[in-house]
Amino acid sequence: MSRLNEANVTLAHEIIARYPKPKSALIPLLHLAQEQEGWVTDEAMAHLAELVGVTPAEVKGTCTFYEMFKLHPTGRYMVNICTNIACQVLGGEELLHHAEETLGIRPGGTTDDGMFTLEDVECIAACTEAPCLQVNYRFGLRLSNDDFDQMIADLREHGRSDQLITANPGEEIPSHGTLGLTRQHLTEERTGGIVAPELVTEAPVWLTSEPTQEGE
Amino acid sequence: MATGQYVPHAPGYVDTDDPKIVTSRFGYDDSYTLERYLATGGYEGLKAALGKTSEACHNITREATLLGRGGAGFPAGIKWGFCPADVWPRYLVVNGDESEPGTYKDRLLMERDPHQLIEGCLIACYSIGLSQCFLYVRGEMAVAQQRLADALNEAYEAGYVGKNIMGTDFSVDIVLHWGAGAYIVGEETALIESLEGNRGMPRLKPPFFPAAVGLYGQPTIVNNVETLANLPWLMSNGADAYKAFGSETSPGTRMFAVSGHVKRPGVYEVEQGVTTYEDLLYGEKYCQGIRNGHELKMFIPGGGSAPWLFPEQVSLPLEARPVGAAGTMLGSGAIVVMDDSTDAVKACLRVVRFFARESCGKCAPCREGTSWEEKILQRIHDGHGRPGDIELLLDVGDNISPGPYPVAADESQGLEAVPFPPRQTTICPLGPSSVAPIVSAIRRFRHEFEAKIATPVQLNGDDAERSEVGLRGSNAPSEAEGIAS
Repeated sequence: MSRLNEANVTLAHEIIARYPKPKSALIPLLHLAQEQEGWVTDEAMAHLAELVGVTPAEVKGTCTFYEMFKLHPTGRYMVNICTNIACQVLGGEELLHHAEETLGIRPGGTTDDGMFTLEDVECIAACTEAPCLQVNYRFGLRLSNDDFDQMIADLREHGRSDQLITANPGEEIPSHGTLGLTRQHLTEERTGGIVAPELVTEAPVWLTSEPTQEGE
Repeated sequence: MATGQYVPHAPGYVDTDDPKIVTSRFGYDDSYTLERYLATGGYEGLKAALGKTSEACHNITREATLLGRGGAGFPAGIKWGFCPADVWPRYLVVNGDESEPGTYKDRLLMERDPHQLIEGCLIACYSIGLSQCFLYVRGEMAVAQQRLADALNEAYEAGYVGKNIMGTDFSVDIVLHWGAGAYIVGEETALIESLEGNRGMPRLKPPFFPAAVGLYGQPTIVNNVETLANLPWLMSNGADAYKAFGSETSPGTRMFAVSGHVKRPGVYEVEQGVTTYEDLLYGEKYCQGIRNGHELKMFIPGGGSAPWLFPEQVSLPLEARPVGAAGTMLGSGAIVVMDDSTDAVKACLRVVRFFARESCGKCAPCREGTSWEEKILQRIHDGHGRPGDIELLLDVGDNISPGPYPVAADESQGLEAVPFPPRQTTICPLGPSSVAPIVSAIRRFRHEFEAKIATPVQLNGDDAERSEVGLRGSNAPSEAEGIAS
């Protein structure tokens, strides 16, 4: 049951259609597979291979290069604590150590109840707000040990936390695998025409035409 | 819910009275909506561009000397001109895979002003006839992806993107694409590989640069998010207005993220070239100096890949050429400040460990060398260093980047600066970058390395455990100084 489900197959076709060549859709599709199962299964990779017209080995080749794709089940919440230089000098390693004690796991481990997986990660681009972390890729900034414990308690209880920044205030933290809560929708009538590169032989029309009167 | 209020300090961003080109909307809590964008001059730059010929728009960018903001600092207008004539289609790939240690500005631009980036993409496409745009956002930036998806849906709906934009014959599609966690994908040829659905390993260049042979073998322009975010303002206000800011060779403004041991860390938009590191680090309206009464020990001037600078170099202007001559790079505008409480060996180890973890494994000197560097540094740090380890480290580095490595001057030792850039035995600069902290730290703080090697540590039970989790000798402020402020 870990091939893409029917709704996701429809979505997969929509995503593939956005690219001049189908294989380009592979990373977004791997994310889709991970969104469905929480991790990327061999069956999902074989299914994606059928959808984009490559071999399962090629899909696995791409998949294993990227750190975000997990080949084993993870916790519902992926807790990524940054220990890179800007965080290190402001207590990132100490926060990680505290997280290990609170959760009772080492980086790479998952709590027995399947709620949290802990990771020691590289710079996540919130350096001025150190020490920082991400939970399912939502930021927590300038966290003290108490803030961290509060965040863990909030997530266990409500599935959200004031310590974490979401696109809209108060949004819940979706389970591991879901990134943005909204997707880009490209409707056929509005697209400018996405075609394979070999079908384009001429310069785009606007390059040679006269500019409109609309501007100054 | 967003209220449209102006909140002066959005997380990470610090508002000053400096002229603003790309961060002008950051204070509004609804800055990412189309409504706010249109109310603050949004899509006016595109409108102005569509009233001119493509050639004229390209010329404005060329005249403005809009420098690439990704790290290399190459003028965007000239890069655009490298597309071979009469080879179609051409593509635009937006590099939003920001992951250089210390760097964050693109994330804020995507999260807080996605429409500005979209408009910038459209202007670039119009200027040189790029028929499709791929917005490659770093995988870990879920909020940025969501804001961009929302913004693109709004923009398509309102007729700013897609077919016959604003009623003209200009049509272009912008596709939101996102990565999955690989620093190396920020290198432009690796970015293209990744966008083709492959492992993100850099391609050999020269002979073929992406502008000639890129995505699907077609001419492809790869531009940084911040570079493109400048275009709407540039088209609305013109090249002369743009050049009124900054210095002659580095016009305009630029975003700098200052992190580490300063009183007020943050992302600041300042004029390039005329502002100095000293202004940023000590200025009352910027970072306000080193925290807790400590002294500056060293700082990383342009992201984890940059050789370090020291207190005597703070007067350098924020401009590529003088910083390069001083032995390092302006890079991605990421400044990490470290005070006198910092353990130089530990800091060096952490930066090197990053490169060891992120090496893609394509070139042997980097694949093998970076992990050897990490192992040697780890054992020195752990108190198991061996005599000769310092020379061994430098030798491993020399195999990745042969010859004198760029480094700052050290007057106290009578040593001159070695100018940027380093030489490399690898396809891309990742491997050579790992040598930067090693050469910088050893030249300046050799005694710290020697002291650790000279005093081996006997592990007892407790120390053994602490060492294993990497906590021996903390670089964090003491509890009394506090962590979060």
